[in-house]
Amino acid sequence: MEALIDLLYKIADDKLILGHRNSEWTGVGPILEEDIAFASMAQDKVGQSKALYDILNSLGEPAPDPNAFLRNAEAFRCCQLVELPIGEYDFSLIRHFLFDAAELLRFDTLRSSSNEPLAQLARKFYGEIKYHNLHAKTWIKKLGNSSEEAIERLQNSLDYAFPYALGIFETSYLEEEIIGRNLFEGEVALKDKWLNAIAEVINQTQLHMPDYLAIAPKFGGRVGEHTEYLQPMIEEMGEVFRLDPSAEW
Amino acid sequence: MQYTKEQILEVLDTVKDPEIPVLSLVDLGVITELIISDTNVVSVTITPTFSGCPAMDTMKKQLEEALLAKGIEHTPVKVSFETPWSSDLLTEKGRAAIKKFGLAPPPMLGNHQPDIDILEQIACPHCDSMNTEMKSMFGPTLCRSLHYCHNCLQAFEQFKPLG
Repeated sequence: MEALIDLLYKIADDKLILGHRNSEWTGVGPILEEDIAFASMAQDKVGQSKALYDILNSLGEPAPDPNAFLRNAEAFRCCQLVELPIGEYDFSLIRHFLFDAAELLRFDTLRSSSNEPLAQLARKFYGEIKYHNLHAKTWIKKLGNSSEEAIERLQNSLDYAFPYALGIFETSYLEEEIIGRNLFEGEVALKDKWLNAIAEVINQTQLHMPDYLAIAPKFGGRVGEHTEYLQPMIEEMGEVFRLDPSAEW
Repeated sequence: MQYTKEQILEVLDTVKDPEIPVLSLVDLGVITELIISDTNVVSVTITPTFSGCPAMDTMKKQLEEALLAKGIEHTPVKVSFETPWSSDLLTEKGRAAIKKFGLAPPPMLGNHQPDIDILEQIACPHCDSMNTEMKSMFGPTLCRSLHYCHNCLQAFEQFKPLG
């Protein structure tokens, strides 16, 4: 049970926090279509997190709203990549590309998780994440083969985001149990597939893959160690909810 | 008198998708289970089109109201992910209603997931030309994408395929 709870918190928190970050593009995207795209992906991810918090609720954890809005940063199990500020569009696009490539592969295998409620959600989410993944790949290929400035900006963001992206695959202290009970194939197996998937796209552009073997991953998120950016974001996200946690919406 | 499934479906067919008011929830394919008990109590299960769809609560409420208005005893409408929705579940009547509304109906996917090739090959709902281009795979609601027709020079939206 503890292993399942650990796994669910990790993937639900990733979705909620990146969903909220994506929503910060609403109204300020570089073009209207991208404004809508990031807002739509935000809606998908927050909606998906709600369904995962519902499973957690059925396992004795708090209801989705209090769980999302009343925890402090150290209780969150998201990776540090998702909590970083949106920055400029090049960073948000690179983060979206790196994260959703991992997310598609993660939910591909979760479709056959031994936990049936999680497997059901994974079957549902997979098609939705596919759109996120297609969106990211389309823009990386387009901009990664465009102007000198675009390529330079994307490369800088890729180099900056990469240690954080490797932090997605921080293993759990319950990793053996998660794998042994067939809840999930595990972070190491996922990382190997992810490296191939992103390299395949990057190799179709003028960007180059960072030398990942020489990079120290930014771990800590999965055990509640976060960057300075998470707590203020959480406070803003739950500001209205905390005015009256018992209010009916 | 014991209700038949057909009678109940006829009642449920009056409830429309809050975001596409010409499309009934029955034709949308979101009603995944309909049980009429021996004591004539109706139980309905629906499944979300997209996980983040904000219209689920409204759909649930409207289905319950439609049953109540006909005096049909029912349990609260259940939302479940057990049978996931796919755009292939849209009925022929539903597809025609979507097209009449000005949206391109989704292509049938079978066992495939949408890919760029599928999304680029969309017939214009106004003139049926295939000379169209996808502008954005995200639109004004989660279930729509944005396209442009080079034949009749009009922008249009598609009801997105989802596997």
